[in-house]
Amino acid sequence: MAATEEIRGIGHSVKRQEDERFIRGRGTYVDDVVLPGMLHLELLRSPYAHARIKSIDTSAAAALPGVVAVVTGELMAQHNLAWMPTLSGDTQAVLATDKVRFQGQEVAAVVAESAYIAKDALELIDVDYEPLPAVTTPQQALEAGAPVIRDEKEGQTDNAIYHWEAGDKEATDKAFADADKMVELDTFYPRCHPSPLECCGCVADVNPATGKATIYMTSQAPHAHRTLFALVAGLPEHKIRIISPDIGGGFGNKVPIYPGYVVATAASLLLGRPVKWIEDRTGNLISTGFARDYHMHGELAVKDGKISALRVKMLSDNGAFFADAQPTKCKAGLFHIVTGSYDIPAAHVETDGAYTNKAPGGVAYRCSFRVTEASYLIERLVQTAAYELGVDPAEFRRQNFIKPDQFPYTSATGFEYDSGDYEKAMDLALERIGYADLRTEQEEARKEGRLIGIGIASFTEVVGAGKGSEYQIAGLRMNDGAELRIHPTGKAVLKLSVKSQGQGHETTFAQIVAEELGLQPEDVEVQEGDTDNTPYGLGTYASRSTPVSGAATAMVSRRIRAKAQQIAAHLLEASEDDLEWKEGRFSVKGAPDRSTTIQDIAFAAYTNVPDGMEDGLEGVYYYDPPNMTYPFGTYAVVVEIDRGTGAWKVRKVVAVDDCGVRINPMIVEGQIMGGLAEGFAIAAMELITFDEEGNCIGANFMDYLLPTSWETPAFELAETVTPSPHHPIGAKGIGESATVGSPAAYVNAVVDALAHAGVRNLEMPVTSDKVWAALEEVGLAQ
Amino acid sequence: MVETAAVGEDTITRPVTVTVNGQKRSAEIETRLLLVHFLRQTLGLTGTHVGCDTTSCGACTVLLDGVPVKSCTVFAVQADGREVTTVEGLATAEGLHPIQEAFHEEHGLQCGFCTPGMMLTATALLRENPDPSEREIRWALSGNVCRCTGYQNIVKAVQHAAAALEGRQ
Repeated sequence: MAATEEIRGIGHSVKRQEDERFIRGRGTYVDDVVLPGMLHLELLRSPYAHARIKSIDTSAAAALPGVVAVVTGELMAQHNLAWMPTLSGDTQAVLATDKVRFQGQEVAAVVAESAYIAKDALELIDVDYEPLPAVTTPQQALEAGAPVIRDEKEGQTDNAIYHWEAGDKEATDKAFADADKMVELDTFYPRCHPSPLECCGCVADVNPATGKATIYMTSQAPHAHRTLFALVAGLPEHKIRIISPDIGGGFGNKVPIYPGYVVATAASLLLGRPVKWIEDRTGNLISTGFARDYHMHGELAVKDGKISALRVKMLSDNGAFFADAQPTKCKAGLFHIVTGSYDIPAAHVETDGAYTNKAPGGVAYRCSFRVTEASYLIERLVQTAAYELGVDPAEFRRQNFIKPDQFPYTSATGFEYDSGDYEKAMDLALERIGYADLRTEQEEARKEGRLIGIGIASFTEVVGAGKGSEYQIAGLRMNDGAELRIHPTGKAVLKLSVKSQGQGHETTFAQIVAEELGLQPEDVEVQEGDTDNTPYGLGTYASRSTPVSGAATAMVSRRIRAKAQQIAAHLLEASEDDLEWKEGRFSVKGAPDRSTTIQDIAFAAYTNVPDGMEDGLEGVYYYDPPNMTYPFGTYAVVVEIDRGTGAWKVRKVVAVDDCGVRINPMIVEGQIMGGLAEGFAIAAMELITFDEEGNCIGANFMDYLLPTSWETPAFELAETVTPSPHHPIGAKGIGESATVGSPAAYVNAVVDALAHAGVRNLEMPVTSDKVWAALEEVGLAQ
Repeated sequence: MVETAAVGEDTITRPVTVTVNGQKRSAEIETRLLLVHFLRQTLGLTGTHVGCDTTSCGACTVLLDGVPVKSCTVFAVQADGREVTTVEGLATAEGLHPIQEAFHEEHGLQCGFCTPGMMLTATALLRENPDPSEREIRWALSGNVCRCTGYQNIVKAVQHAAAALEGRQ
């Protein structure tokens, strides 16, 4: 009997159920979808960062054999689709009509019998542009007299988007006035890009007979996208079906709705044939959701060795359209988690956003709504303060951590931290990296002229956005659903509102059901991504699958178990209260021979239920989280610097993560290592930058440098477990911790190697030329 | 003969015969057709992916006469008369190739998009060097990008496959 072997539920490193199709090359990514009569769409993009469109001549393109249609903004405007709303309540051009506002902006589209022909035809479109001065930094954008980028917006007379504040200004000012010491740091978290290996794309299939629009798309949030499509395109929502098939990585890049999806859907609607749009890598890098681009100024007030206040001013470069993904009420996302792991009595955060002639869509890149920027700033600032006070950076953290007995802890910017033990995680990291010995070695090495740096970051994240009453995107509450059906033979199908992009949902969510209902994970098939076939919810980003849909899965399983108990009582002719549950079996207390398995109960649910009970064993649960979850940990990094070249090499990385209860430790560790590699990438090499004319530098993988197996360091992982008290299984989410926490650890390590000479800051990506310049400045270059 | 995709009037076509995963496949194709599109569109073998278009990421890696190439930068006509192995050709009727089993066992994949190219490069490495060191593995795989795993488990998977192929496991 299945119920007699150990159930591989929570805590088991079950091998992934989804692997089989991927290792055989049998996954189905969007570009693998081929429909009868399918056409191909390619986008013409602007070569200018800022220019007025004087005319567009599409006649030669339209005349090319094999071309079916050429779409311009003018045509889209006739259908009221030239503009679309963004996730931040702004508008974004679908195809440009009046002006182009960033290099790579979508100007026209060709629909043809093949992608090769469509690309040929793009070259035949003649656009007459009148170039305008480009604005490439938010500082320039906010200068008086700067060219107004969004001149089409009524009432918009400058490039300011928002001003937003959190915390208590008065209390903060007072604490600064009373402080023994003030430490400050100016730093820039540069623009980078999530760059999942699969670019964005869709196959839009609007059936002319039924009016049903089936859209296969690279979507991290298929249900939210269905609703937004209904709102944008005016299509009835029941006639829209979003299918998000296998996704080749997302990292936030596949949260927004992009013009390509909208134009392909409109083209399918107008032409009555399926239309495929697959973005190329340059299109992905220059037009889709980038990340960061935050100019930050932080100040810490210190009194008697303790941080008494934090003051932050932040300026965000949002590009040409304010298209960040974030809860509506938080203009700067969750940036105000910037107090981090520290008990800071007063804090005040001021944030401003500005339009520039750069790509829109500040998504997160494996981070929950600007939490990475916040974490980077406080961890760099704390490190700086330690040097200025002459205290060891680990000791300074210890003195200022929120203590275990302070939870639930309300931060000065208004978050209620659920649980944590920061000192324990840091101590474990220090022990594993050999901190005390390393400090001695560092001293000795300096005497020999070698530079070693030890960097620490003790981050706290805020993820799993909800509750719905406070957190919404585009008016949609941030809740998620799970639907579970137990078939008569005891096999189950679990349908989720979230969507894996590689996180292993088909395994971990099956394990939650396994834990709660005593089925083996291989007896549970997890389905997601098809909006006609799964419950509603806002999708997978901000590490929210486990905190929200995972909770829904546990809750629906418990609901089903409650009904199973009633059926068991009927089968065993016992009172419900006399039954006990263990590993997939109800037994009569004191008479373990009298028992029935979940499989027998499932069969009875369709064949032999008590009088008056409805048949079936299934349910649906929508989970509205009572609070967010707060994963944390400490990352420690050791680097060595080459004084001749400024090159730095990672010698060791230790990552201690506390994400609460771990459902599948193997998958959790896989998530952490992926994040540590992406954190390294951001710290060391990834950069999207622009020249003065707004030309994007970093528009392909020869300029936008992704780390390979050769550059990426090895990682040592360890854990502490502090369950979330409000989550049904105590889990907190792990998808993004390492990208959030690790960039500061790497940078702190390089700075630490030079700190004795007075170096306090190096800007990311910390390339060898920057390190060499710093070495030169302090007389350490060789 | 396989159906070709629609071609424009002025395009130049040529017949090719490529042995793909042991089977001879013939088609009349545009001379500019990339090998990756020949595999994906002409032959319907969608396990080979396109990640970057510039030979940088390795998602499109296949073996051409046993040597890893990035099929987004090889014309299909260059493969005429030659042998191509794609991910679909790794498993046999007897079961998975040891490299496939190793990626599963060591959790060497997450989204799966880089996995076919990564496994093919690894098989070529192991044929040349049956017992590579970690550094040799990292160097050999450095033309294939993975965004999800941080590479550590991929390296372990290659070590695992090496042991299995050597009969050490």
